[in-house]
Amino acid sequence: MTIKKIATTIAISLISSSIWAGCAFENNTELKSLTAGFDAWKAVTNSMAECGNVTSTLDQDFKDKQPDAFAANPSLYQIGGVSNGTMVPLLNAGTIRPLDDLVSKYGGHLKPSQLIKVNGKIMAIAMMVNNQHFMYREDVLSEFRIAVPTTYDEVLAAAATIAKYDVVDYPLGGTYKAGWNLGEEFINMYLGNGGSFFGEGNSPSINNATGIASLETMKDLTAYMDPEYLVSDSTYVQQQFQQGKVAMANLWASRAGAMDNAEESQVVGKVIMSSAPTGSARASSTNWWDGIVLATNMTDEQADAAFQVVMEGLDTEMVQANNDAAVWLIDGYVAGAAAAGAIATADNGAAPYPSSSPGMGAMHTALGNGIAAFLTGDKDAATALADIEAAYTIAATESGLM
Amino acid sequence: MSPKTFLAFIGPSIVMMVLFIALPLASVLKQSFYVTQPVYEILEVETCTPNFTGQVCVVDIKTIPIIGEDGIMKTKTSFVGFLNYQNVLEFPRVITAFANNSWQQFMAIDFWKALRFTLSFTLITLPLVLFFGLVIALCINNVAKSIRGPVIFISLLPMIITPVIGALAIRWLFIGDGILTAFLEWWLVRDIAMFGQAWTIELMMMFYRVWHVAPFAGIVFYAALQTVNQDTVESAIIDGASRWQKLRYVILPHLMPLIVFVTLIHLMDSYRVFEEVVGFSSQAHVISLQWLTYDFLMLDQTGNRSISRASASAMLTMIGIILLLIPVLRGVWIDYKGKRL
Repeated sequence: MTIKKIATTIAISLISSSIWAGCAFENNTELKSLTAGFDAWKAVTNSMAECGNVTSTLDQDFKDKQPDAFAANPSLYQIGGVSNGTMVPLLNAGTIRPLDDLVSKYGGHLKPSQLIKVNGKIMAIAMMVNNQHFMYREDVLSEFRIAVPTTYDEVLAAAATIAKYDVVDYPLGGTYKAGWNLGEEFINMYLGNGGSFFGEGNSPSINNATGIASLETMKDLTAYMDPEYLVSDSTYVQQQFQQGKVAMANLWASRAGAMDNAEESQVVGKVIMSSAPTGSARASSTNWWDGIVLATNMTDEQADAAFQVVMEGLDTEMVQANNDAAVWLIDGYVAGAAAAGAIATADNGAAPYPSSSPGMGAMHTALGNGIAAFLTGDKDAATALADIEAAYTIAATESGLM
Repeated sequence: MSPKTFLAFIGPSIVMMVLFIALPLASVLKQSFYVTQPVYEILEVETCTPNFTGQVCVVDIKTIPIIGEDGIMKTKTSFVGFLNYQNVLEFPRVITAFANNSWQQFMAIDFWKALRFTLSFTLITLPLVLFFGLVIALCINNVAKSIRGPVIFISLLPMIITPVIGALAIRWLFIGDGILTAFLEWWLVRDIAMFGQAWTIELMMMFYRVWHVAPFAGIVFYAALQTVNQDTVESAIIDGASRWQKLRYVILPHLMPLIVFVTLIHLMDSYRVFEEVVGFSSQAHVISLQWLTYDFLMLDQTGNRSISRASASAMLTMIGIILLLIPVLRGVWIDYKGKRL
């Protein structure tokens, strides 16, 4: 949390000038937005700022702020950036408004796939899709004549080969930071092996052969990682790649563009994207989308202006200028080499992140806190999973889900 | 001072303390016996989302909170007695662990794991802070008057730095191939991962805390050193006392009340250890009681937080601090009574 927080707090951009070059209308309403801070959001918020009077906050910890900020009346932010996971609390609390009227008024050009519908009402406008997929150093793999791994057994074999030679510090990188990242890794692996998280009535069901197999694979992988894997998040792994310290990793598609950024990367052109390795059922990854929501607690005039600003932020011009920053859903996007891995992963059947399960939040937290004890050897796999189920049960009972 | 003047002086701070300390504490205490839950309904919901090729619509049976007519989620609050405390302390698992005679199983329970670290952190750093505080004070006291100002300023720097920033600074020195790790690797000719196992992280956290707090102890002791009775020191020297004897029998007794003061402050502060856990992202290996409360309070991805368990855990932290302070306060009390007689 901390590194990202500092970086993104610095990146908070306060733009409220009257420059409206590149914007079809002049915005006279004070608007504020709260979104995540990765490259795609930088592109979108910069583009929104061109309309004037838009203040954007980019914060990787946005999900901790959003529910309370949107529950205030009037809402502290008019525009919010969400993903499929982070939209749920806003939706449950009724703090985001249906957009059907605004879409019919200003959003005729939106693609049908961009409209996120819940019970027939449009609740969000999606802008991009994201997943974690395999990235590898093409030069390293071809040097040792290793075929591109497609399963975790092949990844382990490739890592064992690379480890014999002194070409990189660690064959594998991994976003295994305890907490959200580690929980996400297990979710990828478990869904890839065909597992399901809940039984009847939101009861947990992860302590089974699939769960144990998924944990064992994770532990096998960590043997080839930096020993400090329990503190490495996406940014850390991205930098390890850029500095040539790791040869392979499963990393977010939204980080792919950074590999070829000559300003910070020493491995420009050497990192190739491919599908996430498949488990016994499907690709071990989850599909996410990111998009924009508008707060309930503001006037209709504000909402009108906010929606027009959002449409400017999500226009074709922005996509053409930032084509490789994400896998955009917006018209004008051309899928390049950076998107190949994300698309291949989706083709291999990666499941959507199961955010629609009401217990998923508590489950993700319990996984993120509980798996480290297995990886460090404090617990065996079955005990770790049983303890995670127990932690989930207490949390779910307290929130009334069970 | 007449009682009236006394009251006029102390009145405002009593009001403030009731308002900002006693009342919040009472509300947390009350909260820890209740559970507030949203009222759910079970509904069939159709959700349409994009994937890479187009749009997918799925119909799910979902548990969804009901939103009242005022636009706010409906909740119900119920009294649950000590359930929240049980959920934090997890006694059944403690009993199983003891029955199996297994320290490892005991340490697998979050609260006890956090308590183990918090206590060892507090009790190990305390003597170090006192010792280094004294060393700093004696050093400052013995340097030439002309450079004393700058020396005090430099020795106070660690205390001035915001705790989280200081922890991050130390983290950056050691994480991955940080400067100091790289130096240690070069010096010892072996690969070192300071963040790879629990004990090195604990060591860094304690090092950081001592570095951060010792200057405070130092400046307090330095102030006290200014009031040491010079006649006593001189007569000790005439009596042939060595440097060490002078320190042991003249200076330390004089500093004693302040050593107790620093001990109290440090016990209270370090039992609430938190910045270190966040700064060093140590939660995979070690957690503290305060971090546990924070973790209960954080929203999970579906927007739930465990306020009731957080309240229970906060109350337990307070009880822990009181238990720790009792022996020290008792000593002070006996001392005080002895002087009055």
